[in-house]
Amino acid sequence: MYTKKIVPWLYLSPALIILGFFLIYPSIHTFYLSFFDRSSRSFTGLSNYIYVFSNRVMLTAFRNNALWVAVFTILTVFLGLVFAVLFDRVKYEVVVKSIVFMPMAISFVSASVIWKFVYAYKPAGTSQIGILNAFLRMFGRSPVAWLIERPLINNLCLIVVGVWVWTGFCVVVLSASYKAIPRQILEAARVDGAGEWKIFWRVIFPLLIPTLTVLATTMVVFVLKVFDIVYVMTNGNFGTEVIANRMYKEMFQFRNFGRSSAIAVILLLLVTPMMLVNLRRFRKEE
Amino acid sequence: MTEKMSKIFSRTALHTVVILIAILWFVPTIGVLVTSFRPAQDVAQSGWWTVLGGIFDSVRFTLHNYRMVLSKLGIGRAFLNSFIITIPATLIPLGIALFAAYAISCMRFFAREAVFMLMIALLVVPLQMTFIPILRIFSKTDLAGTFPGIWLAHTGYGLPLAIYMLYNYISGLPEELFDSASIDGANHFYIFLRIVLPLSVPIVASLTIFQFLWVWNDLLVALIYLGGTADVAPITVQISSLVGSYGQDWEILTAAVFISIIPSLLVFFSLQRYFVRGILAGSIKG
Repeated sequence: MYTKKIVPWLYLSPALIILGFFLIYPSIHTFYLSFFDRSSRSFTGLSNYIYVFSNRVMLTAFRNNALWVAVFTILTVFLGLVFAVLFDRVKYEVVVKSIVFMPMAISFVSASVIWKFVYAYKPAGTSQIGILNAFLRMFGRSPVAWLIERPLINNLCLIVVGVWVWTGFCVVVLSASYKAIPRQILEAARVDGAGEWKIFWRVIFPLLIPTLTVLATTMVVFVLKVFDIVYVMTNGNFGTEVIANRMYKEMFQFRNFGRSSAIAVILLLLVTPMMLVNLRRFRKEE
Repeated sequence: MTEKMSKIFSRTALHTVVILIAILWFVPTIGVLVTSFRPAQDVAQSGWWTVLGGIFDSVRFTLHNYRMVLSKLGIGRAFLNSFIITIPATLIPLGIALFAAYAISCMRFFAREAVFMLMIALLVVPLQMTFIPILRIFSKTDLAGTFPGIWLAHTGYGLPLAIYMLYNYISGLPEELFDSASIDGANHFYIFLRIVLPLSVPIVASLTIFQFLWVWNDLLVALIYLGGTADVAPITVQISSLVGSYGQDWEILTAAVFISIIPSLLVFFSLQRYFVRGILAGSIKG
């Protein structure tokens, strides 16, 4: 029947038109622009890509993104797992879970200000108003300029902000999977005389691996595009640049649309493996 | 050590660790809350925690920071703008996504699987891939720097996740529901409106919260399409520019941050149940 063929597309068309206009067409166009000069007038071949892979700040950005991916992903997923298991054992689980989950509702902009205040630095000898330096002072240590101390300390301090926000997400997801493990399995292991530590590694952990994998992929895709925290806290100064912030700067500050398109394409290439993993997973489920 | 003793010991250790985690996660936000009510001179001279210890004979609190931020520094206007941006940018994509998700999960048509795979692929496309071409079109059509422009952009960016989550939910509804309805001769629009929509209330609630928080907390999309225009800038953009101009005036920044997180915290705490359900539906299937 004719209408039977048309109706599905009537339901789909608003979504397809908007997706086509806001995601599909611009992505193709950006790819095309990445081979042109700063004002998109003349074809320049691969020169934008050569710039991206040789410019010193870009290389710093790549290094920092690698650091973000490794540290952020490991910390959020690991802490999420540990917290989920620990919280399950106390009666006030709901309260502590809410506390750890709460930053998810806060914007990265606000989270960045909140943490900038934690890291606040004043020269030695004056009273510290940042709680972290106040702690150092309590132990007789001199204050640290957390966001300036390169290359490791300041980058880790930025990553901590992301971890603070996203750990709650991992706790919620992992806690649901953990609670779905039949209690009899754990009881049986206990009856057999296995210690809690052994139960965790031999029983709980293997059962949670599928969830952990999905979570880790989600974290990697998200963190490759990290922007807000760096933009607000350091704007990429002091060796804290990241790819997405560089793309923004090339676009708005330097008005170089060729280079910023090339950087966007690199970001897309970096998340593509994750996209393929997702597609494969869904093909299996379908 | 007797077994009872060691059990008490390990319980105490557990509680200590859990409570320490909760404190660690909560303290940064408390610091911001307390600081936003302190006079500027106090904030510059002593840490916010001194308020709790009563080290000062008279602890002073003031509402001046809030008055200042709301009236003089444009946060009042920005707060309003955030609502004007967020509400349509939450409702429009949800409406469009509902139709699309219904078509993909309940109708059989040519290229159905291809459409679904396209949605999955679009889930991870970095927004950076779209900025330059869309901004150019927006500039030509005078949509740059306007509310309708950013509503449309958020609609495009929010659709893939919304469609994906709704699809997961709707395709999980018991099939007999649809079968009996189609035997009774009901058409698709009737099934959609009378059966699927009422049953989808929980997932729609989750998605509303998701999209609300995502748009409310967004910085990047607003920076790109609204630029720095104060008339239309949302609160995240204004706060990030305050960080530039009032970087050391913590009483100002903390008050602005606190205003910005009130709506998201209200939404979060009153609807946490739906938020959690949404996360679970979106990140792990089955």
